[in-house]
Formats: sequence, structure tokens, C-alpha cells
Amino acid sequence: MKITNQNRRKVYAWLIVLVGLHLVIACAGFFAPYDPTLQNRERPYAPPMRVHWFDATGHIHARPFVYSQQLRAGSFDEYEEDKSSALPMSFFVSGSPYKLLGVIPLHTHLFGAGETQVFLLGSDGYGRDLFSRMLFGGQISLLAGLMAASLALCTGLLIGALAGFFGGWTDEILMRVAELFLALPWLYLLFAVRAFLPLSVSPLQAFLMVALLIGAVGWARPARLIRGVVLSAKERDYVPAARGFGASDFYLLRRHILPSTWSVILTQAALLIPQYVLAEVTLSFLGLGVPEPTPSWGNLLASLQQYSVLTSYWWMYLPGLAMVPFFLGYLALASALQTSAEGSKI
Amino acid sequence: MRYLLKRLGHGLLLLFGVSILSFLFTALAPGNYFDEMKLNPQISPDTVTALRARYDVDRPLVLRYGKWLDAVVHGDLGFSFAYDAPAAPLLWARAVNTLILTVASTLLAWLIALPLGIWSAERRGGAPDIAISSATAILLIIPDLLLALGFLLLAVRTGWFPTGGMASVGFAALSWTGKVRDIAAHLALPVTVLTLSTLPVLVRHVRAAISSVLGAGYLRAAQAHGVPRRTLLYRYALPAAANPLISLFGFSIGALLSGSLMVEVVMSWPGLGPLLLEAIQARDLYLVIGGVMLTAVFLAAGNFIADLLLYWADPRIRQP
Repeated sequence: MKITNQNRRKVYAWLIVLVGLHLVIACAGFFAPYDPTLQNRERPYAPPMRVHWFDATGHIHARPFVYSQQLRAGSFDEYEEDKSSALPMSFFVSGSPYKLLGVIPLHTHLFGAGETQVFLLGSDGYGRDLFSRMLFGGQISLLAGLMAASLALCTGLLIGALAGFFGGWTDEILMRVAELFLALPWLYLLFAVRAFLPLSVSPLQAFLMVALLIGAVGWARPARLIRGVVLSAKERDYVPAARGFGASDFYLLRRHILPSTWSVILTQAALLIPQYVLAEVTLSFLGLGVPEPTPSWGNLLASLQQYSVLTSYWWMYLPGLAMVPFFLGYLALASALQTSAEGSKI
Repeated sequence: MRYLLKRLGHGLLLLFGVSILSFLFTALAPGNYFDEMKLNPQISPDTVTALRARYDVDRPLVLRYGKWLDAVVHGDLGFSFAYDAPAAPLLWARAVNTLILTVASTLLAWLIALPLGIWSAERRGGAPDIAISSATAILLIIPDLLLALGFLLLAVRTGWFPTGGMASVGFAALSWTGKVRDIAAHLALPVTVLTLSTLPVLVRHVRAAISSVLGAGYLRAAQAHGVPRRTLLYRYALPAAANPLISLFGFSIGALLSGSLMVEVVMSWPGLGPLLLEAIQARDLYLVIGGVMLTAVFLAAGNFIADLLLYWADPRIRQP
């Protein structure tokens, strides 16, 4: 496994991009101006507010501002900008308390505009800020994907290593089961397993259940790949040599065989995480995953299943786009890792 | 022949495994359809008990499995509690709708992917290749959920396409050609989304397969003999690169029932996906198992068809 310099640089570049993106989501409390469950019954389905630098008279302002929104006369869900009242945006403002990275209690937010709520991406039917919900929803979806992927990889590593190292009937049975899991359409499998779990559970339970479920269904592919690597690593001369010196099975696995699976595990992680994030999104979109009011990228999009939302409130679609940069990062990382591991592959 | 028999045995074993797996999951399930019925004050406890007895809910798992297996051999996939009807006809009617959608999109995707992939492999590193590669990369990172919702949004705002469903309200009154045209109009959006979401993987595989044979000596010899470019690519390079593509085609066939679930649900296409989703929410046991089994049958069949095609196309496989 030779890694060229150029490829190494590519891998690191994409890793940095991904770490940055994840940090933004991890610090959602700071970047989001409001609590994701804060409702504003005065302004349901408010469209995204435009951030201005120039006011109506053509004057440039020192800091960006938004116009407050007012219900159009005679309407209950159409808003118009109130050009007379410009609300200057302020930065590092104090607001609702949150816990940074889940531990540090803070109440400073990146931006805000006084008493009036700024809806950068609009608001939903309860007047909740979609921008904040998008950031906090990412925490759920990404964490579910990461947990599911690590679960699948650990199980896959264990089973693949066992099958490859011991061979014989262990290998035969484990790989038959893996084929079974591989052959099933995973979404249907996920559904089938989900079908027999309780339907209404608390958000935390649902989250853990989704992560476990996806991980439990997805171990087969990494297991097969790792088995292949272990099989070939087992044949290297230094392994029988070490065994000749009296090394135990456990020592051989830990010292000589598992280190060679590292690059496969990394590549698989880069491929699996976006898949599993999407699995969570799909389940939550269909109402089988994390329930309201906890936001997740999936249930944020769920309201689009209603025709009226689809026709009138297009901005409900915007939070979904948050997935795209993450998937781009993971795809690019995976392909950089793949080319560095195998010379050239699609 | 032995090769084919072995592959067939493999497929049957797989189906057997899937059925056992689904029954095991039902055993792990807390609660069932009748538990929720019990909560309904309009249904007397006696009725629930009678229904439980009728559907063997309280019998041990092995017995139920045996009975189900016996029924499946006779073409009966069990009974849907929620619809109060045999599951097989229900599933079939929906499966046909799914097939209308997926056969169209799979054909379209392959018809586009083959020339695009070949073109891209031929101009490797050139402008067309870069354009095609970036386009497939973009399509690859947009999940089909977003794609489907995006197209739906577009259709709603422009009104160019009917949104959702498979037929208009006055469908029954239409003439024969009118019916075909109506279904085609409803097909347009879901087929587009499905095609776009399967296309990138296909194009990339075709490109990889073709470029792996393009440098071969016999192709350069043929080129030196003045064989025209098109003949060279489609008559000589494509068959030589066919093996991985045939496997991929088998996979496409296998995914005919299962690949469109998300798009069906979003676009409310009355296919297998929405039915299965309903069945899950209603805990309609046999309908879920039947749906999963049906998709597994397609998968096994797709793999087997790929094996048959490979057997026919590649003499190396015929000689053990």
C-alpha cells in the first residue's frame, strides 16, 4: 500500500474540510441563533429573510441588516418586508443557553438581531427557525451515521478477522450469513427489522435504535473485505515465522494481521458514513426514526410530504441541502483513499 | 451445467435464509397487530381471541414457519390483517406498478450509460471525460430523496408535470390511448429521478470496464487495420469488457423491485414501497414478510440471470 505524496495531500485536504464541516455542526449551539425547539407562533411559515447591506435609499450600512417581516394585510401566511424598520444584525450576542459540544454551558451566539428573530432559512409551521434546526438536526443525523458506521466496522472487523484467520467451517458459516445480509436490499432489510420494533419511542431511544439498527444491518460488506485482507496477510512469510517462534493467535492478529486492514477500514468508513447518515435521514423522513420535536435532517424534510407545504413553502426544502457538502467531502475522501490504496480505481 | 445448478442452489439457499431471518425478527417483535386491536373499545375481546386463533399468532414460531412455508409452496404468501385479504394478490398488484416504473428507468439508464461511459473512456482525460466525470460526481452526492423532492418542487411550481400518483382523477373514462398518455405523463418525473440516481454508478462502471481493455494489443491491431472507430468500440471493445457489466446488469434486474422505494414514497407512486411502509406501520406481519420475500426473489433471480448471461457470454466459465 504505497501512498504517493500528491494523494496524501489530497486525503489530508479533504480530511480538514470534513473536520471543519463537522465542527460547525458540533458547535451548532454557537452558530445557530436560537434554540431548535423555540416556537414563534406569531410567525409560522415565514420565508427566508434577506440580509441587506444597502437600504431602500441606496445608503450603505456598516453592518448587515434585515427588514422585519409583517403579515400582508388580509393574509395569514404571507409576509412582506417592512422597509421602514431595518434591524441591524449584531454578532456574538447573548441568547438562549446551550451546551457547547454537549459539555460547556454558554449563551453566546454568532449572530442575532435584537428582539426580532432572524429567519435566515425561514421558519416552519410552528415558527421555529429552520437554520437553527438544520444545524441541530445535523448533530442527530451525523452522530447516528458515525455511530452506525463504527458499529458496523467493529462488527465487520471482528467477524472478518475471525473468518479470515481461522478459516474452515467458521469462515464458511460466517461468510454465508454475510452473503445473506449483502444480498438483501438494505433499505428493505432496515424496514423489516424496524417493523418489529416499537413504533413510538422517546427521541433518545429512537436515536440509539436507529444507529444500532443501521449498524447491525451493515456489517456484512466490511466483514467480507476485511476477511480478504486478513487472508492475504496471513500468508505473508513473517506470520508463519512469528508462529514458529511461539506467538499466540491473539498476538499474531494484534501485531501482524490487523494493522494491515487499516487502509480498508478507513476507506470503508469514508464510504459507509454518508450511506448511514442517509439511512437515518430516510428512516426519519418516513417517520420511522427520530421523532419531533427533536430535529434531524430526515424529519425536517418530512413536512414536504404534505402537498400544501410543497406548493406554498419551498424553503422547507433548504435544510436538506446541508447534506450535500458532507457527502461531497466523504465521497472525495473515499476516492482519494481508494486511489492511494490501489493505484487506480473508479 | 454444474456451474449453473450450483448458482441456482445458491439462490434458493439465499431465499430460505431470508425467510428464516424475517421470521426470527417477528419473534423478537414486541407486540403485534392484535395488541393494538385489543385497545380498540369497539372490538370485543372475544373477537380478538377468535382472530388470534384464526391467524395462529399464539402458536410457536417453528410451527408458524412450517405452515407458512407449506403455504408458500402452494403460491400463498399468507394473509394481510389490515386488508383482510390474501397477501399475494395485494403484493402482485403493487409489484406490477413498481415494475412499470423501474423497467422504464433501468432501460433508460442503461441506454444512456453505455454510450456515455464508452465515450468517456475513449476520450480519457479529455474534455468530454472531465465533463462526464464531474456530472456523475455531482449526481452521486445528491441523495435520491433530495433529487425526488427537488423535482417534485419544480413540478409543483411550474405545473409542467402531474405530481404524485399514477393516474389522473378521470382515468377510468379515458380512451385506451388516453390512458397510456396519462400514465406516461405521471411516469415522467419518477422515471427521471430514478434514472438520474442510478446513472452515475453505471456510467462509472462502463467507463472503468472499457478503459481496462482499450490499451489491449488486439484493439490496436484492429485500429491499424483500419477498422472504423464505432465498430472498434462497440463490436470489439464492448464484448471484451462485458463481464463486469453483465454482473452489474444482473444487479440492476435484482434491484427492480427494491431500488425505487424512496422515490415511490415521495412521489406517491402506488408501488410496493408505500404498501410496505403502511404494512410496517400497521404491523401487518405477513404483508411485510411477503414484500421482503418478493424483493429477495427478484434479487436472487437477477443474480441468476447474470450467471446465465455470463455462462453464455464467456467460454472460460463453461469449461471448469
